[in-house]
Amino acid sequence: SFCDGGMSFLSEVPVGPPDAILGIAQAFRECTDPNKVNICVGAYRDENGSPWVLPSVRAAERKMIETDVKKEYAPIDGDQEFVKLALQFAYGADLDYATTAAVQTLSGTGACRIGGEFFGRFLGKGHKIYLPNPTWGNHVNIFKDCGLDVQRYRYYSSETNGLDLAGMLEDLKNAPEGSVILLHACAHNPTGCDPTLEQWKEISDAVKAINGVVFFDSAYQGFASGDAELDAAALRLFVSEGHKVTLAQSFAKNFGLYGERCGTLSILTNSAEEKAAVMSQLKLIIRPMYSSPPI
Amino acid sequence: MSMSTAMMRQFGSKSSARQRLLTTVAVARRTLSTFWSDVPQGPPDPIIGLNEAFAKDTFPQKVNVGVGAYRGDDGKPYVLPCVREAEQIINAAQLDHEYAGIIGEPQFVDLALKFAYGNDSPVLANKQVAGVQTLSGTGGLRLFGEFIRKFGHSHIYVPNPTWGNHIPIFQNSGLEVRKYRYYDTASSDLDYNGLLSDIGDAPAGSAVLLHACAHNPTGMDPTLEQWAEISQLVKSKGLLPFFDCAYQGFASGNAPQDAAAIRLFVEDGHNLALVQSFSKNFGLYGQRVGALSIVGQDADEASRVLSQLKICIRPSYSNPPRHGARIVSTILSDDRLTTDFIDQCKDMADRINSMRVQLRSILEGAGSDRSWEHVTKQIGMFAYSGLSKEEVTALRDDHHIYCTLDGRISMAGVTSGNVDYIANAIHEVTKK
Repeated sequence: SFCDGGMSFLSEVPVGPPDAILGIAQAFRECTDPNKVNICVGAYRDENGSPWVLPSVRAAERKMIETDVKKEYAPIDGDQEFVKLALQFAYGADLDYATTAAVQTLSGTGACRIGGEFFGRFLGKGHKIYLPNPTWGNHVNIFKDCGLDVQRYRYYSSETNGLDLAGMLEDLKNAPEGSVILLHACAHNPTGCDPTLEQWKEISDAVKAINGVVFFDSAYQGFASGDAELDAAALRLFVSEGHKVTLAQSFAKNFGLYGERCGTLSILTNSAEEKAAVMSQLKLIIRPMYSSPPI
Repeated sequence: MSMSTAMMRQFGSKSSARQRLLTTVAVARRTLSTFWSDVPQGPPDPIIGLNEAFAKDTFPQKVNVGVGAYRGDDGKPYVLPCVREAEQIINAAQLDHEYAGIIGEPQFVDLALKFAYGNDSPVLANKQVAGVQTLSGTGGLRLFGEFIRKFGHSHIYVPNPTWGNHIPIFQNSGLEVRKYRYYDTASSDLDYNGLLSDIGDAPAGSAVLLHACAHNPTGMDPTLEQWAEISQLVKSKGLLPFFDCAYQGFASGNAPQDAAAIRLFVEDGHNLALVQSFSKNFGLYGQRVGALSIVGQDADEASRVLSQLKICIRPSYSNPPRHGARIVSTILSDDRLTTDFIDQCKDMADRINSMRVQLRSILEGAGSDRSWEHVTKQIGMFAYSGLSKEEVTALRDDHHIYCTLDGRISMAGVTSGNVDYIANAIHEVTKK
């Protein structure tokens, strides 16, 4: 067949490495040993090792079938009724929706990506973002692809198997003014090691001192302690301390909606006008990426 | 015991933690630096922004012929009965919502590719095709743009005019967007010689975007003979053909026929790329169902390309949404449901064609001195009316009829209930 010109660049395309996490799931599927165990991908399993769909989700699905939900395009920013409820779930009573720019996203990954793209545009390419060391593997690639300069702050001490707070605070103190600081809202992935509320206050002060842009990644609200309010404590502390945070929210784990890609990105602003401007820019990022989120 | 009760017991009482939360949380609202105060207000999307303006309009006879979303003759959104049935089947199966793989559901990808390439396509049988599920057409286009830019491409050719969103999609992928002549406004026809000339001038290796059928916005497609000539030209110049197929089954009402250009190029030996959208033909707009496929030299090349596509997808959205793909799979894996789908899709295409005939005939009957032949010559969802910006604005301001500034009218929004109103309004704004 024809093998010149247009597609010859394909012959230069090398095989890429499998994804560090999802590649292992694939290897598990291919393994034939009867005793095989998959404790790799972060997806809940019940006592029998089976996926579990929440009864409330089943009930919602029945309701949707009965009420004949249409299939029209969502707006670029998604279903704002859903978004508002999602934000209330995270921020609680202190939510000021009128000044909070928020969009529906493709779960947590999509929220991190849109947030990262927004930072890349309005803080500038090469702007520093600090991720904990270690962090969810995909964070690094997401933010690199957004053109941000990925840096790390100390987080976990393998000697103590606990938080390296001193190291973390020192690294935050030394970060350039205005850096983006990514924080795991609860149930840090992969260490499972979270700061106490008192430690969160210290972290908040440290970030304030460098005028850092706080970016919370919340993938386990309700799933970490079993108490959704408690799991949101760090986020709500930072908001009450005056940080104009950005938040990536995933409903993959807590609602068990992994494959449906359900999440939000929100950015706290100072006014309704600022919210409107930020919303317009988020839409300009989303439209040429996937037009609108899945309903 | 409920899950939450069990966890409460494990983590201890909530009240002491709540107390700490309440006392620790300071009420002082110190205003930190305004990070986003310099973010400028961006322009509304030219197509979607129209919907917003339409929604605000209170005129009772208002008409939305802007966004390309099908409406029944009652002017309402239409969910295909086969889609409803597929949803009942899926619901009854009580499936889980586990992550799909990065490439999506393999069964969906397989069925989607067969739908376009043909069940017996040799490139599918030889496993030469790298295929992934994508976020409808937009997601597939963006993924392709990112992929080719990553592997050395600097630009892509698109027809002039083309779907508005193509340009920011490819620009945001880091590609320079170049245009080839496509439509001759004066004759309301394909600018075939311009097309051949401009494509002929493209540097070797360039990616060239082609609309597989029902060109958006003009509705003018090359004939099969012209496609054959274009194929030879693309081959001789060593170009990379990239088909955007958003209307298969919806254009002519015949799905294999609508894929004729794609299949011709495959037969001619092109290692083409294809993005498919299932928004219009299956009416699954909001579910974001699509596929991107790249034909390689052989199975090894396809496998390498697939591994790289995954690396592009993972930091973008990790894996695609399941529900819409499940609906398409349920239908296309069942012969009877597939037949139903073809019939229902054809019904949509037929209704649109009957509206074209009516619109043209009323305009001619009203004594318009313009030619409206193109309304019935064009195919697919849109009529590229030829209205000027001023005429489009008058249509909106005086008659509350909303279409995009380029004069593109979504025929799907035309019904037997409003076709007279629309035709007469067009006549009003266009007569001297």
